[in-house]
Amino acid sequence: MNILSCRELYIKYDAKAVVKNVSFDLKDGDYLSIIGENGSGKTTLMKSILGLIKPVAGHIEFQGIKQIEIGYLPQQTSIQKDFPASVLEVVLSGCLNRHGFLPFYSSRDKKRAQENLENLGIDQLKRKAYCDLSGGQQQRVLLARALCATEKVLMLDEPVTGLDPAASEELYTLLNKLNSEGIAIIMISHDVKSAVKYGSKILHLKTEPLFFGLASEYGKTDVGSKMLRGETHV
Amino acid sequence: MFSILQEYFSYAFVVRALYVGIFVALCSALLGVSLVLKRYSMIGDGLSHVGFGTLAIAMALNLAPLQVSIPLVLLAAFLLLRVSENSKIKGDAAIALISSSSLALGGIIIAVSTGMGADVCNYMFGAILAMRISDVYLSIGAAAVVLILYLIFYNRIFTVTFDESFAKATGTKVGYYNMLIAFLTALVIVVGMRMMGAMLISGLIIFPALTSMRILKSFKSVVITSAVLAVICFFLGMVLSLIISTPKGGNIPPGASIVAVNLGAFCLFLIIGALKKWNAGRKLRQDLKEAAK
Repeated sequence: MNILSCRELYIKYDAKAVVKNVSFDLKDGDYLSIIGENGSGKTTLMKSILGLIKPVAGHIEFQGIKQIEIGYLPQQTSIQKDFPASVLEVVLSGCLNRHGFLPFYSSRDKKRAQENLENLGIDQLKRKAYCDLSGGQQQRVLLARALCATEKVLMLDEPVTGLDPAASEELYTLLNKLNSEGIAIIMISHDVKSAVKYGSKILHLKTEPLFFGLASEYGKTDVGSKMLRGETHV
Repeated sequence: MFSILQEYFSYAFVVRALYVGIFVALCSALLGVSLVLKRYSMIGDGLSHVGFGTLAIAMALNLAPLQVSIPLVLLAAFLLLRVSENSKIKGDAAIALISSSSLALGGIIIAVSTGMGADVCNYMFGAILAMRISDVYLSIGAAAVVLILYLIFYNRIFTVTFDESFAKATGTKVGYYNMLIAFLTALVIVVGMRMMGAMLISGLIIFPALTSMRILKSFKSVVITSAVLAVICFFLGMVLSLIISTPKGGNIPPGASIVAVNLGAFCLFLIIGALKKWNAGRKLRQDLKEAAK
């Protein structure tokens, strides 16, 4: 079943076309990696799926979820480096989208946050300060927050950037586990090898899509095999 | 000393200043946490300078100061946010631009109309005597508005402050909350400005948040501690300004002594924070040593 379909998307940013002719469907349980060079429109595409940038033409349609029910893991900001916030406060803030006008978190929200903390193995960190954690732990916290906001789709913007190899590996394993539990994943990545290894689908973007299809097919194409051999830099 | 204080607190104007000050300190501390964390600390400074300019206009035209100041400073807050989000002049430069222009404009208007006198000094550095009963009502009203809105939107304010992109993506109207914070800040500044002085009111906004962030690491604890610290520092600062008389027989301006007390508290927390860190490091090294054995 499709949960997201994009048709002929045309997105401008600062009066310049950054994404053109993008159409794709995302099915329940898909694991899509969006790859491409810097400035190829990956983040812009993700932001317009999230409703943060309006496309000039084309349409984005969701089935079974609302746009605000996507779990989003943005790139970290400089503000967060010295931000006083406990892990629990950060994770709970993911429950905000299911609230409407209620000012406070309900016991159901707290239970949900607790479940996600346990699911990601960071329950023992919940009273710690977010800014004191390691990069890998911080990504887990943001992942737990994203999971509080969604039941079906996670969107991640370069989640392994800045992580050491061991922590990246852990994060990929974790994402695979979540994916096998039925959560669809869309991830922007610089790491083509891992994208092919872990993901089920690839979208290679250079303003227009160069490839969209199964990850297993990607290596057989011209553009894909070049990328995997590292001849073009991502 | 206590008898002097007792005498002072029997004056109605001192009690009025106390009320106004406590409410203003409380509100500015709450708003300050978000402003400092969002790197908007200078907005308070910019708005208070705009406030000075509007007071000069009100004086020259013989109008009630608050009726002129409140709408104009609110407008400035709106412009500052809009400008720093959209235009080519970036946030900090836009604030510096607006702030020095309104200070200059205020200076010119005062020089042309009433002339530079003791009044100007009061506007710059604050005057306890300036508090009227209408100010007390206004500050209670403003405090009530700020406290209620802050409580209702507390979780949203946290989310917007911590991560704007995530907040937006999950359906929070980030622009509205930024505007709400800027408007409340403008309101608090206008109400507190004549007591604290245009030059020093922004100290009341940034200091409590910065001080409590030296030690505390969760948002809730920082918010609560800032509010408590702000009220304590205000009270101590005001008492100091009342009991210390200068060689010329005057008093220290209350704004100045309140900010000085805040600076003292900041240094104290800075040292405690550093000691805590050092202690944690020492413990870690000890643990590692024992583990190595």
